[in-house]
Amino acid sequence: MSNAATTESKPSAPAPPPVDKIKIKVDGREVEVPKMLPNWQGKLEATTMLQAVQIAGGEVPHYCYHPKLPVAGNCRMCLVEFGTPMMGPDRKPVFNEDGSPKIAKSVLPYEPSTPRGAIACATPISPGMEIYPNSPATKQMREAVLESLLINHPLDCPICDQAGECKLQEYSVQHGQAGSNFVEAKVHKPKAVDLGPRIVLDDERCILCTRCIRFTKDIAGDDALGIVNRGSYNTIAAFPGTAFDNNYTLNTVDLCPVGALTSKDFRFQMRVWFLKETKSLCTSCGTGCNTVVGSREGKVYRYEPRQNDAVNSTWMCDSGRLNYKWIGREDRLQEVIVRGQKSTWTTALKEISEKLSKSATRSVAVIASARQTTEELYLLKKLATKLGALTDSVARIGEADKLLVAADKNPNSNGARLTGIASPELGSTISKIADGIRAGAIKTLVVFGEDVTKAGISADLLGKLETLIVSDILPNATTKAAHYVLPGCAHAEKRGTFVNVKGRLQKFMKAVEPKGDARPEWEFLHELVHNVTGQNGFMSIEGLFNQMAKEVPGFAGIEWAAITDQGVNTTA
Amino acid sequence: MPQEFRLILKNADLPGYTPDMDCYLRHGGYEALKKALATAPRELPDGKKQSSQEVIRDEVLKSGLRGRGGAGFSAGLKWSFVDRRSGKPIYLVCNADESEPGTFKDRQILHKDPHQLIEGMVISCWANDVKLAYIYIRGEMPKAAKLLNVALKESREKGFLGKNILGSGFDCEIHVHRGAGAYICGEETGLIESLEGKRAYPRIKPPYFPAVLGLYMCPTIVNNVETLCHVKHIVTMGSGEYAKLGTPNNTGTRIVSLSGDVKRPGYYEIEVGKVTLGELINHENFGQGLKDGRSLKAIIPGGSSSKVLKAGEVFKLNRKGADGQMTKVDVPLLDLPYDFDSLQQAGTMSGSSAIIVMDDSRSMVDALANLSEFYAHESCGQCTPCREGALWMAKGLHRLTHREGRKQDADYLLHIAQNIQGRTICAFGEAAAWPVLSFVKKFREEFEARGAADEAKHASGGAPMKMAASPKH
Repeated sequence: MSNAATTESKPSAPAPPPVDKIKIKVDGREVEVPKMLPNWQGKLEATTMLQAVQIAGGEVPHYCYHPKLPVAGNCRMCLVEFGTPMMGPDRKPVFNEDGSPKIAKSVLPYEPSTPRGAIACATPISPGMEIYPNSPATKQMREAVLESLLINHPLDCPICDQAGECKLQEYSVQHGQAGSNFVEAKVHKPKAVDLGPRIVLDDERCILCTRCIRFTKDIAGDDALGIVNRGSYNTIAAFPGTAFDNNYTLNTVDLCPVGALTSKDFRFQMRVWFLKETKSLCTSCGTGCNTVVGSREGKVYRYEPRQNDAVNSTWMCDSGRLNYKWIGREDRLQEVIVRGQKSTWTTALKEISEKLSKSATRSVAVIASARQTTEELYLLKKLATKLGALTDSVARIGEADKLLVAADKNPNSNGARLTGIASPELGSTISKIADGIRAGAIKTLVVFGEDVTKAGISADLLGKLETLIVSDILPNATTKAAHYVLPGCAHAEKRGTFVNVKGRLQKFMKAVEPKGDARPEWEFLHELVHNVTGQNGFMSIEGLFNQMAKEVPGFAGIEWAAITDQGVNTTA
Repeated sequence: MPQEFRLILKNADLPGYTPDMDCYLRHGGYEALKKALATAPRELPDGKKQSSQEVIRDEVLKSGLRGRGGAGFSAGLKWSFVDRRSGKPIYLVCNADESEPGTFKDRQILHKDPHQLIEGMVISCWANDVKLAYIYIRGEMPKAAKLLNVALKESREKGFLGKNILGSGFDCEIHVHRGAGAYICGEETGLIESLEGKRAYPRIKPPYFPAVLGLYMCPTIVNNVETLCHVKHIVTMGSGEYAKLGTPNNTGTRIVSLSGDVKRPGYYEIEVGKVTLGELINHENFGQGLKDGRSLKAIIPGGSSSKVLKAGEVFKLNRKGADGQMTKVDVPLLDLPYDFDSLQQAGTMSGSSAIIVMDDSRSMVDALANLSEFYAHESCGQCTPCREGALWMAKGLHRLTHREGRKQDADYLLHIAQNIQGRTICAFGEAAAWPVLSFVKKFREEFEARGAADEAKHASGGAPMKMAASPKH
């Protein structure tokens, strides 16, 4: 199944000690679990059976329950058999002959021979409770729920986009039965409902777990979805005449445990089992939502959020999620260009190194991008220091929202600040650079990842430069004016780190190979730095990061290996 | 001689009795409220002090009053669960969503004597520090809703409702809220959701026990119409006198809705446990027997969701002997005292006290198909076992009643029903499953015969069996 956090996420970390603990038994094994654990909002609440079983190393299958959503208790998949210490008429515990407490198993009050399960997702534990997540009675209850969920389901797995990451499939394998008793005609419901600009709904596949309804109401703050009709005919729907359209709708696709909600962007593009999953970050704003990149044979097919409670919980916004297509654009820069002619890295880097080495102090300026990795910015800064160059990067300010989207649209503004390549207020030095070019003092401009003609340095000004060295991913007016074009990489094509708006340092992994002659910027930058400054570069991103951490105070004490999937805090 | 004992319906059917304030006052109305408001605090023998309100609550507990809606739970205990320390307002909700098939008792009160309910509610509000109460009335009773609103207006004008009731300093308001036509709104947490303006999806318990997290997440009491009327009489009579009505642990009176194959169907108020099922069906004061030439086949004793009882069944009941010892005694069906405990021991329930009598002209298969279609239609669809199972059973029964049955359908139906009961969010699961479980278990031969006949028809060259797309599609 998918590693994407929203499909299924881990329970939140327990509260810090001291923690009140309760002793219970799970399948006969005694375990001590905290009395209280964070609920979906992070508030401490009585520990549930489901959480307790997870702590005991077990699993209770479930559909409607999600650790980051209010508990609904409607799917009944997590029903488990349980018992509590038996109490005598004097309200004192009753003991077996061996001194162990007698357990009263929960049974139907009107039929004491039949176990009565409790929904593990909503039932708090109590001292001495015994939970039987694998007893025959529990298994029978699960089988029955699965049978019920499938009777009106179309069983169209071969053409279902969810196949391969579908909880109905998975639980049918793990907990289901091979046959169904059902011999009636199925209920038919709307197919391929256009729920909103990015979402398609198949009501027949829907198991009515209401995760989507709860997400959009309680997390996204847009009470847009509900249920119409009754009983078996229940149908998820948006209000008549309205579209399900907020910036978080695609999270419902992740949350949907079945193939009911699908993404218009991703559906039918690729069978999910062919996708390679790579831990990455969203680059659309400074929040740095943790993502999983789904790719196959060098092509990125989708982003999904990855759980990080310090950053994005298990969500990401639609605009960030869909902002991947540029990686595969046909017009990607794929060739090294020297004065308008296709060239080679060897030639270009040799020429550039020589030019920079010979340049007079303060005749070079560097405009970096806060979309670059921290390591690249660090190397640029090294180069700039040697050349006495003015440096800055380009600010990108938009609108923030209440959930995840930050006003800072650069993923690494804090990285640019910490490495010293940018002024504290990004872009405030650019006018000085423009003045320097205009005055003829600045003869060489190094630009990385920005179209400076939109950031205060006009094409006319660029024309005054003796040397314009540009690295970018896509063509623009600046690359057009460049004497040297060095094709760079999307974040999905390399490794590196970003520092988000809250100062959290996070790393991302390489998902796909760069196109053509494009190379990760840190690789050729380290060559340039070596050629120009004489300092030895680092052949690996690990060594480069560790060197940076030694030199840049903001990263003091951090090593690449210590940056977990959840990131670490910096002083930014 | 078994006969009616009219307490709640004492006046309702008197000639010339009208639902207005004047008529109610002429018959001693609102005296119980005055008495309640004038209740003095008291000190118990153990030295504990009780406020005036605690006295009333204690009286209701001691009266042994059990809820008349269906579950038969102690009203006094229910009140005692209310979280009185939350600092949040406490709400009282009158459940007037009477919709269990076969039940037509609350509507007698609502249409004929609405002030009795209001008086019972104001007393209950006062006793529980409730300043705002609601009457949730089913949408299909528009006339009663209108009458209630008139009665509430009259009560306000007379100072029985509103600000500073009868100079006591107690403020209380009651609003009527009409349902939109769903059986599930009678389930108390579904009712609360509906009252909040939402889809009537019953809440999960834990954590949403109404006594703690009810209406608007505040402590809430939900009582049936008849139950709240009894509170008035407990205040009037005192708990001791009241508890003498009926039988131990089954005190007071109950209005029984009698329907089906009897000569004189109707509603009869009896002392609980003082009249047997047989008397209710056959006695001249009640049902006056089956139609001529017919014999008894089955009784649904407590609303359509209660388990059916079969003619000729004999039950083992606990009886206290003269020596005070409990012994098991054989009690034939018709000798079952009509009360909470006896019917429970007989494996069913008195539920909403609606008796549906079926004679030998009735097909149990057809009857069950009818009931199951009702429950399939009324399942709210929130939780899986009921949502899928209720319609599944109805479809199977539709097939069985439309000549597409199978001999194995009896077990098929049991399989579905067993996977519903006890596994749902609310008691609707039982309501849908119990008729199927009891009908099929007790009348298995009828179901199997029907299925076998259809199989024989298909085997003898009839059209191949097609799975009926039913009841809706």
